[in-house]
Amino acid sequence: MKKFLSRINRRDALTLLVLVGIFAFFFIMLETGAASNQFKNMIIPMSYYILLAISLNLMVGVLGELSLGHAGFMSVGAYTGCFLSVMLVEKFPELPMYVYLPVAMLCGGLMAALFGVLIGIPALRVKGDYLAIVTLAFCEIIKTVIINLEFLGGAIGFDTDSIVPDRNKALTLLPYAAFAVIVSAILIMNLVRSKHGRAIMAVRDNRIAAEACGINVNFYKVAVFGIAAFFAGIAGVLYGHNDVLLKSANFDFNMSIEILVMVVLGGMGSNMLGSVIAAVVMTALPEMLRDFSDYRMLIYSVMLIVIMLFTSAPALAGIRERLSLGFIKESLQKKMAKKAEKKKAGKEEEK
Amino acid sequence: MSERKTVMSVNGTEMFSPPSNILIPTRDEGKKPVLDVRGLGIDFGGLRAVDEFTITVSPTEISGLIGPNGAGKTTVFNLLTNVYKPTRGAILLDGHPTAGKSVAQVNRMGIARTFQNIRLFDQMTVLDNVRVGMSNNIRCNFAESFLRLPGYFKAEKRSRERALELLSIFHMESEAYTLAGNLPYGAQRRLEIIRALATEPKVLLLDEPAAGMNPSETHALMESIRQIRDQFGIAIVLIEHDMNLVMGVCEGIAVLNFGKVIAKGTPDQIKNNEAVIEAYLGRQEKKEA
Amino acid sequence: MTLLIQTLIQGISLGSIYALIALGYTMVYGIAKMLNFAHGDIIMVGAYTIYSTIALAHFPGWLGVLSAVVFCGVLGVVIEFLAYKPLRGAPSLNVLITAIGVSYLLQNIALLIFEGKQKAMPLGDFDFPDLKVGNTGITVTGEVIFTITLTVVLMIALTLFINKTKMGKAMRAVSEDKDAARLMGINVNRTISVTFAIGSILAAFASLCYGMSYAYIKPTTGSMPGIKAFTAAVFGGIGSIPGAMLGGFVIGILEKLSSAYISTQFTDAIVFGVLIVMLVVRPTGLLGKKIREKV
Repeated sequence: MKKFLSRINRRDALTLLVLVGIFAFFFIMLETGAASNQFKNMIIPMSYYILLAISLNLMVGVLGELSLGHAGFMSVGAYTGCFLSVMLVEKFPELPMYVYLPVAMLCGGLMAALFGVLIGIPALRVKGDYLAIVTLAFCEIIKTVIINLEFLGGAIGFDTDSIVPDRNKALTLLPYAAFAVIVSAILIMNLVRSKHGRAIMAVRDNRIAAEACGINVNFYKVAVFGIAAFFAGIAGVLYGHNDVLLKSANFDFNMSIEILVMVVLGGMGSNMLGSVIAAVVMTALPEMLRDFSDYRMLIYSVMLIVIMLFTSAPALAGIRERLSLGFIKESLQKKMAKKAEKKKAGKEEEK
Repeated sequence: MSERKTVMSVNGTEMFSPPSNILIPTRDEGKKPVLDVRGLGIDFGGLRAVDEFTITVSPTEISGLIGPNGAGKTTVFNLLTNVYKPTRGAILLDGHPTAGKSVAQVNRMGIARTFQNIRLFDQMTVLDNVRVGMSNNIRCNFAESFLRLPGYFKAEKRSRERALELLSIFHMESEAYTLAGNLPYGAQRRLEIIRALATEPKVLLLDEPAAGMNPSETHALMESIRQIRDQFGIAIVLIEHDMNLVMGVCEGIAVLNFGKVIAKGTPDQIKNNEAVIEAYLGRQEKKEA
Repeated sequence: MTLLIQTLIQGISLGSIYALIALGYTMVYGIAKMLNFAHGDIIMVGAYTIYSTIALAHFPGWLGVLSAVVFCGVLGVVIEFLAYKPLRGAPSLNVLITAIGVSYLLQNIALLIFEGKQKAMPLGDFDFPDLKVGNTGITVTGEVIFTITLTVVLMIALTLFINKTKMGKAMRAVSEDKDAARLMGINVNRTISVTFAIGSILAAFASLCYGMSYAYIKPTTGSMPGIKAFTAAVFGGIGSIPGAMLGGFVIGILEKLSSAYISTQFTDAIVFGVLIVMLVVRPTGLLGKKIREKV
């Protein structure tokens, strides 16, 4: 019993360890100059995709509601945060980054959360695939509206070059990215393992039973919309500061899909490790395939299909079982036990 | 067991009795009923699924709701928990009307239930299923949860201990960390009861708690139902097809047919009631005759 | 008044295209219970097939359309067999991601073969004369008349097929209850294959109409009409065939009306906004079945 308890914590602890490891690796690569340009360009995107995947997993895996609008929340965060940063830098040129960037992140996150709640309330009426289309529609609306807002750069894009003046952007932004991602991951995992997290999962597993247990289903749905949007907003601020030009058209439904692919590949549910790893792999994959130039996206799409077939085809369940970590562990343990027995037997014989 | 066979004060045995307390166990005498349902009814389209449903349940009474398939028993439970909005009638819980309240609010007011087709949180552990039931009884706000402030650990510890305590009613502590979906059928039914109890109800509605159980499991369940009543001092209303269980454990029984109460009384009265025998128990005898 | 009528006619024409695509979405959803995100890209494939047969191989126009219809139909069946059939019984979200993978795959294959530059659709054979309605000043272009006529014919054919043929009955049975249909001796796998074939064939016709109104195609051509048609299917109530037709027309008309009277830039926002309002009022679409969860 106690064993299991520590295992729950161990799962989150492992996720955290992996996250710290990833960022430590990034630091070392950048500091020692071992990072190629290609790798340098991947570091910040990997960070915000991790955060996006975790926050979407909270929505899809923990609450069980399919959202195709995550890019929309991200863009709200990106524009709010970057607009604020640009203003602050313009008004107070001396202001150090460690003041305005966290402020931008917080405000970007809060604005995105506000949108999350605003979208979450009408979305309560619809379920499943209909909810997916409602979130997609909201995302498209946000995109269209931003394109038509002149003070946010309109169709040309919003110039964010001034806010991160450093040439070596990855290294400048990395501490903020690491802090934001790790702290956000801790907060989300804490939530999932609490009374509120259990209530959210109860809504996912059986809405009617959850209501019968006195859980305010609507409250938790809207709350998760807000919370997931908050963290997507922070990721958006990171995205905006990493880029030199924010283009609203980039936050389309394909981006939402990209994030969803990470969540599904990583395995939906209360364990966030899968999302983290999938985010890293899926961000790196297209870059790694760059050598194949023209065939890059072709290979990516074929891999995506093959991975999905392999991980979820019911006919392949047996093979997956054999390859799963638990199975390997078990068989190893069995082998060890056998060995130990043999040894024991041998010793007894010696005696 | 024999000492639990409380003497009933039977004031009247008329069938379509007005909201009178025909079946108050002596220990509840002089106490206000915990559940007072008057003229409850619902129509689905043109069909009167439940009509003129009137019962009173005293604070520690175990009562049964029986009737042939499709009589509207589960619909009554859905009405009592506000899953369906009644077309007519009123429900008073401890004197407070439940009209206009959400399902969750009704639960918080003190009505908990189990489901005929088991509804557990399959992907969560047995322990967490019970803790979900305790959601409204453990204080732990969002800040404490996000930041793991001391309040979080206190709440987690308390809820874990309390959940294990509740699980011990059915000796399920050893299953605490199994996924609920992986439990055998009987254990799932028992877990549903525990989860409902965790919400600290005044009235517990059990929808076919013995369905799919073997005779010895059913017998154990009977004992547990009494134990729960004694230990928690709550009223229990159960829908059940297993007559041994109903007759063995219920102090008062209402019989439902085509959405209407056709008889009310003690188990003995129900056994010998003509209308009941005709509508329900006697069907087979008639065929044989 | 002239403008309004012109706009409405254009809207019906655009709506026809959406409806043809939406039918594919809705039929597949009804029968295989999956969102086939790659469906939009079938239009693109159809358009490139027409382009190849007419512009590259110099065949006559009708042969181009025929080859697109055949190719798309076969492609739909092949995709279902390779990518979706192994996943039957898997969580719907995983199937959705696979469909997205297929969508990327089709786009990238097209990108490799035809490159990113847009190509002009060689539809000279389909140049129909415009129709001037008396002296009202209303002109209906040839492609609009063709599109609407073709769509109406196809819809009647589809309705007849579904209501009158044995296969149509099997399709309705499978969409109602797959297991029960199987117990009644219906070949579920074949029914699903046929559904994909029909959906893809309709998409091939849609690609012809699309090519006539937009003249140019590129590998991502199918994406936006795909999403709009998907929206139309949801608007009408996904799974419902009349719903998809109605939804297609409504979305098409709405789009043309809002770009003519309100703002071209905000057209998409308005269309999606109306969709959201609609779904909030009627959570399962215009003609969708209301699902009551049994407690």
